[in-house]
Order: sequence, then C-alpha cells, then structure tokens
Amino acid sequence: MLRKDLNFLIAGVGGQGTVVASDILSEVGIRSGYDVKKSDILGLAVRGGSVVSHVRWADRVHAPMLEEENADYLVGFEWLEAIRRVSYVKPDGIILVNDCRLDPITVSSGQAEYPDTKEILSHLERAAKKVYVISGLQTAIELGNSRILNIVLLGALSKILESEPEMWKKIIQERLPPKLVALNQMAFDSGRALIR
Amino acid sequence: MKALLSGNEAVARGAYEAGIQVAAGYPGTPSSEILENVAQYKEIYSEWSVNEKVAMDMAAGVAYSGRRAMVTTKQVGINVLSDSLFYTVYTGLEAGLVVVTADDPGMFSTQNEQDNRYYAKLGKFPLLEPADSQEAKDFVIKGIEMSEMFDTSVLIRTTMRTSHSKSLVTLGERPKVKDEVGPFTRNPEKYNCMCLWAKKRHPVVEERLTQLADYAETFPWNRIEWRDRDLGIIASGVVYEYAKEVFTNASFLKLGMTFPLPRHLIREFSEGVKKLVIIEELDPFLEEQIKAMGIDAVGKEIFPPYDELLPQTLRDLGIKAGLLPGPQTKRNNAPRGEDLPGRSPVLCPGCPYRACFYLLNKMKLPVAGDIGCYNLGALPPFNAQHTMGAMGASIGVLHGMGKSGLPEPAVATIGDSTFFHAGIPPLLNMVHNHGIGTVIILDNFTTAMTGHQDHPGNDFTLMGERTRRVDIEELVKAMGVEKVLNVNAFDVKAMESGLRECTNHKGTAVLIATGACVFVSRSAQPAYVVDTDLCTACSLCSRLGCPAIVKAEGIHEKTKRKKTRIDPVLCNGCDVCLQVCHSGAIQKPKETSS
Ligand SMILES: Cc1ncc(C[n+]2csc(CCOP(=O)(O)OP(=O)(O)O)c2C)c(N)n1
Repeated sequence: MLRKDLNFLIAGVGGQGTVVASDILSEVGIRSGYDVKKSDILGLAVRGGSVVSHVRWADRVHAPMLEEENADYLVGFEWLEAIRRVSYVKPDGIILVNDCRLDPITVSSGQAEYPDTKEILSHLERAAKKVYVISGLQTAIELGNSRILNIVLLGALSKILESEPEMWKKIIQERLPPKLVALNQMAFDSGRALIR
Repeated sequence: MKALLSGNEAVARGAYEAGIQVAAGYPGTPSSEILENVAQYKEIYSEWSVNEKVAMDMAAGVAYSGRRAMVTTKQVGINVLSDSLFYTVYTGLEAGLVVVTADDPGMFSTQNEQDNRYYAKLGKFPLLEPADSQEAKDFVIKGIEMSEMFDTSVLIRTTMRTSHSKSLVTLGERPKVKDEVGPFTRNPEKYNCMCLWAKKRHPVVEERLTQLADYAETFPWNRIEWRDRDLGIIASGVVYEYAKEVFTNASFLKLGMTFPLPRHLIREFSEGVKKLVIIEELDPFLEEQIKAMGIDAVGKEIFPPYDELLPQTLRDLGIKAGLLPGPQTKRNNAPRGEDLPGRSPVLCPGCPYRACFYLLNKMKLPVAGDIGCYNLGALPPFNAQHTMGAMGASIGVLHGMGKSGLPEPAVATIGDSTFFHAGIPPLLNMVHNHGIGTVIILDNFTTAMTGHQDHPGNDFTLMGERTRRVDIEELVKAMGVEKVLNVNAFDVKAMESGLRECTNHKGTAVLIATGACVFVSRSAQPAYVVDTDLCTACSLCSRLGCPAIVKAEGIHEKTKRKKTRIDPVLCNGCDVCLQVCHSGAIQKPKETSS
C-alpha cells in the first residue's frame, strides 16, 4: 500500500454496521503505522437514521472530522446515503457504493420520492474519479446473513486500496467469537472478488 | 502499549488508572459508554443509579468514606445533580471525586445546547476539558489528584466529538488502592452544610479558587505553542484540534484547564501576538473572562454561539473574517441536502410503542410527552407527543393541563426508565392534589434510547448481578393511584379500550402499556405477508410508521394508489399491522413444512 495520508468517509443507515466497519478500517491504519482518528454518530441516530463515520490515517491527525472535498474514499452502504455525503469526496477520490435502496419512512409513507438511482450514479460519477458499484447486500444474503454486509464492503475496499487481505482478516478474526470467523472471512473474500 | 479508544472508553480507562473504586451515573448520550466500559473492570464497583442526583449523592458518600469516586452524566443530567455537586464543593472529601459531563454541541441527542462550563464558575470548582482520548484518560487521573490536593470535586467536560471520536491512547497501570477504609469521618463542621457551618466554608472555597488559579499557570496541558505571531488563537477541547488543522501557521494557547483560568499565561500570550482570537463552541465562556481582564480579543463576533465549529466551519468563517487567505475556492462537489428525502430515526419494526401512538393519533388526544424512544411518537405519521422538555416533565405538565380545565381529557406518555428517574414525585403529587389525567407508562423493560441500560424494573444490575425487580403496577398502586390498568402493548383493541377507560376516569389514572423492546425480547417471529389481491391500498397500515411496511409496485384499480408490501428482512411479526388492517390483506405467513 502507498504510504500517504488517507481520509475515508463511510455513510449508511443506522443498523447497517458502519461503525464496526470504520473500527476495523481504523485498526488497519494503525497496524500500517499511521496515526489514526475516527468519529462516529451514536445514540438516537442509530434507530434507522442516517449515519456517517469519518476515518483518517496520517502521520499526525488533529481533527477526527473531515472537511468537504477531503475524502479519498467514500463508502456508501446505500444509494441515498452515498449521495447525501457527496460533497466530502475529493474530485480525484474514489467512491464505493453498495447497490441497495432503503426507503426512509418519508418515502415509504408517500411523502417524498426516492431519487432515481441512475441519476444518483451519474452524479457520483461526475463527483469522483472512479465509482465502483457492487451488490454487497446480495452477496451477504447469498452467504446467509445480511448482517455481514459491512465485511463484504470492507473486502471490496481492501481490494480497491490494493491492500493485502491478511491483516484485515486477522483484525476481523480478533474481533469476533470463533463461530462467526469463517462466515466473516468468506464475506471479506467475496467482497474482494466483487472488485475487478 | 497503545490502543484506539473513544473518549468515553478513555475516561473509563482513566478511572481504572486513577484508582477509582466506585463509579455511578445515569445513561445519556453522549456519555453512556463511559460506565458501560467501567463495568468491564472488575476492580471498580459500578452502577446505573436511578438518576444523576442519586449517583452524585452516592459518589459523595463514597468519597466521604475515603474511596475515590466518579460520576458520569450527559450534559442536561448536570441540571439534575447540581444541587448535590455543589455541596461537595463546600464540604470537600476524604478521597478524590470527579464528575464527567458530556456536552452536546450540535444537539445530536439532547433537548437543549447548554454549555456546562458555566457550572464550574457557578459552583466554584475546577474544570478540565480534554481535546482527545489521551487527554480524556489523563484528565481523570489528574482530576483525582487535583480533587485530593485541593479538597474539592472536579468537573471534566467532554463534548460529543471527544466522547465518540477514537484516537490512540497510551495505556498505564492501576495504582495500589486502599483495601480498607474507615471508621467514617465524623466532622460535621466540614461535612454538614448547616448554614452556620457552611458560612465558614464559603471563604475556604474562595481561597481554594485563588490557589487553583495559581495551579492553572503550571497545569501541563495549558501551554503556548508559538508560531507566526500575527495571529494567536486560544482554544480548548476538540475545537483546539480543529483549529490546529485549519489555522496551521497561527500561534496557540491551548487550554486543558479552563476554570479557574491561568491569567498570567493568558496575558503573556495576548501580549505576544498581534491579533487574539478565541475559538470556543457554544458560549463565550473563555471570552467573557478574558475580555474582563481588559484584553482585546475577538470570538463570538466571528464564531456563533450555537452548533459545532467543525473544521469546515472554522475555515469558512476564518476566510470570511480575513483570518485566512481567501477568497473561498469554489468547491466542485456541492453538498446535496435539501433536495434529498431526510432519514430521521424511526420506531423499530416490532416496537411496543407503535400501537399506542397509532391510537393516540386516532383518538386526537392532547399528549404531554417525555424523553425516550417514544418521543419519536411526536413525528409523522403519529404527531402524538405535543410537548417534551425534560425527563419526568410529562406528568407535571399533565397535572397542569388537568388543573387548567381543558375541554378534553389529556394524557402523558413516559417510559419505564424515565418514570423511575423523575416520574414518581410528580405522580405522587397528582394523587395528593386530586390531579386529573391519564399517565401512560410505556414499560419496555429497558432504557432503550441510550443503549438498553438496566433500571429498577429489571432483575440484573450493570455489573450483571441478579436483583429484585420493582413491579411498576404494585408501585403505582402503593402510591395511591386508584385507577390502574396493565395492558399488553401489542394488543390494539385492549390498548384502545384501556385508553378510553382511563381517559373517562375523573381523576388520576395510570395505563401501563407492557411490551418488551425488540432488543430485549429478541423473539422475532417470521415476517408477515400481504395478499395483494385483498389489499385495497387504504394506507391505514402506513399510519403505523413501520419501516417494514413499504409501497408495493401494484396499483389498486379504483383508487390508483400503491398497494402495500411488507419487507421480509425488516418485519419481525409483531402483529400490530394485522390487527389494524381492515381488509384482511395482511396475514401471518403460511406454515412452511420443512
Ligand atoms: C436528565 C437527563 N438524563 C438523561 C437523559 C438521556 N435520556 C433521554 S431519554 C432517556 C431514558 C429513556 O428510557 P425510557 O424512559 O425507558 O424510554 P425508552 O428509550 O426505553 O423508550 C435517557 C436516559 C436526558 N435527556 N436527561
């Protein structure tokens, strides 16, 4: 992996596992020799609300929060949440978005329209250098558990970062009870395989 | 060894390394994870107290007995415990006592944006503001040391970002702590605040503040960082980290101890720079004191006294005020905000509150609300919590509504944890004073909103010990409430008739709506299904505000409206929508033979 400062923004819906993903991503940064800071939203926001995590790797990090147009990588766990945070992406940054649409209650109750995902995609493509769209949820469900979506996405991110999988898998293993390790490692590998 | 810790985890670690032996608090975002992490250390007795004041008194009793103690609270919790915190400043203590308040600039989960630093000034005790997790840990250790050195409680104030951000922390060891204490110190002239004794303590408090101000001059986390002297910035807490990132060339006076202030250090700094700027989130706490010293500075002229001052905001405002070279470069990626549908939190699928708020909306009753997940009942589609101000307020407000002679029966909604916290005295008050109104106690067996902490209605404690749970129905009856109904919160009909019976009662009535939070029961049933042929697209089910109820592709012939579909991943079969559906379209899943 290239040793340069890296900023990540992870956007999703409360309950999708963004905090765990950003914890693991932070640990990868530390073990790669960086100073790391991260910031999450906890509390009421997790009840299906819109959530975002900031993760920063650098020689010395001050603020745990990014400024706009400062994210090298934006990981969107869902279309609407990805586009909501688009202003954070560097113009030469990379976006990884999970092809998944979760209707907020304003949409499901008919008060608001969900934006066209094709329109979201083209906006994301204008905003960043490269956009990867993967069907992470599909992959997680095929492996038998929608809750491992976050690990699928981390797998994909690790591939985009051209980072070797071993360290990531070791960190995932350390965080989990033994019976969940195999499933999560499979999720990670499947995520990597989604990036070509 | 280093570890990546949140500010809250670091405070817990600090308690361990400071030799704290007892920690107590009441949950509240963004402070809750402190005690949850303290509970991981078996060396420390920790508990969720019934409210912040009780935690504070309990900690005082611990420190009077000679053991080090810590209290944790969210920002508004300090309003509840301040009465007790203040006497500990007069009495002093036999061992160190720190209080940690987690403030919430930006109001992510609080009902106001108060700046708790003023409490230090009001109550006359030292104040520490950590900027990152390392300092969060160090300041607990230092706070205990200061508490014992100066014989006073010490306040540590974090903010949501210091509490919830993670950064690297160097871990240390736990010191040796006393095995035995006692006998209890009997020194009423110090520990009994009877006015004639307390009057003699006040000069001691003032003298102590003078000594603390001297101490602040050499407090290691108050330091000057000289760079370009055209611009000097005074900042504390996480805002210091933001400002370091944005004003890279400026000189800094970084304050870790912000009351009492190091006056000489501040003067030295101000004389060394051309322009002095004070950057602080929320109120001009530092600015007022510094300007009162006759020092020329700017602060709130540039940086508003509300919301967070994130790096982006500092940069934008800094350019606007000419502190940074401008003009603002046009950004490529404009924010997308207003045009996108919002995603606010919602009652979870299977939440026991859904039927209640559906009915309150249907019955069009005025509702005095309280704080907890159920305040989501204030939002569409329910619109059925019409007031909410502070924990426990609902019952007092209801009493006031009842005594005002409104033409309609009124109700209050209050959760179990909130009822134990601050709902018991106002209900007693209603009983005693012939109050009229219905109190709905939403008993979901947990303190859900802040992360499922235990309370007296549970049969286990924070440390996992079994305990005797208090039965709310028996308690309420013992308090003298005559009309008490206990209803299954998932049974729409029973809830409706219970509500009617209580609101028809001319007096104080209590309806206990019993149903476990989905995170407690963890007994998800198979997802329900919609028979699209039967669905008339009447959209009655959408009034339940359930995330699992979504619009289907199918359109109803006559009304041209979209029919309903149930998301099989989200639904957990709570049955409430089936009871509400008139057309029989919502059904239990067919038994699948395996
Ligand atoms: C004085 C004070 N302390 C703590 C809080 C944080 N807080 C808000 S609601 C709540 C408790 C909610 O529990 P409960 O009443 O059981 O409702 P639930 O969330 O389970 O629906 C807490 C701790 C607060 N707002 N004010």
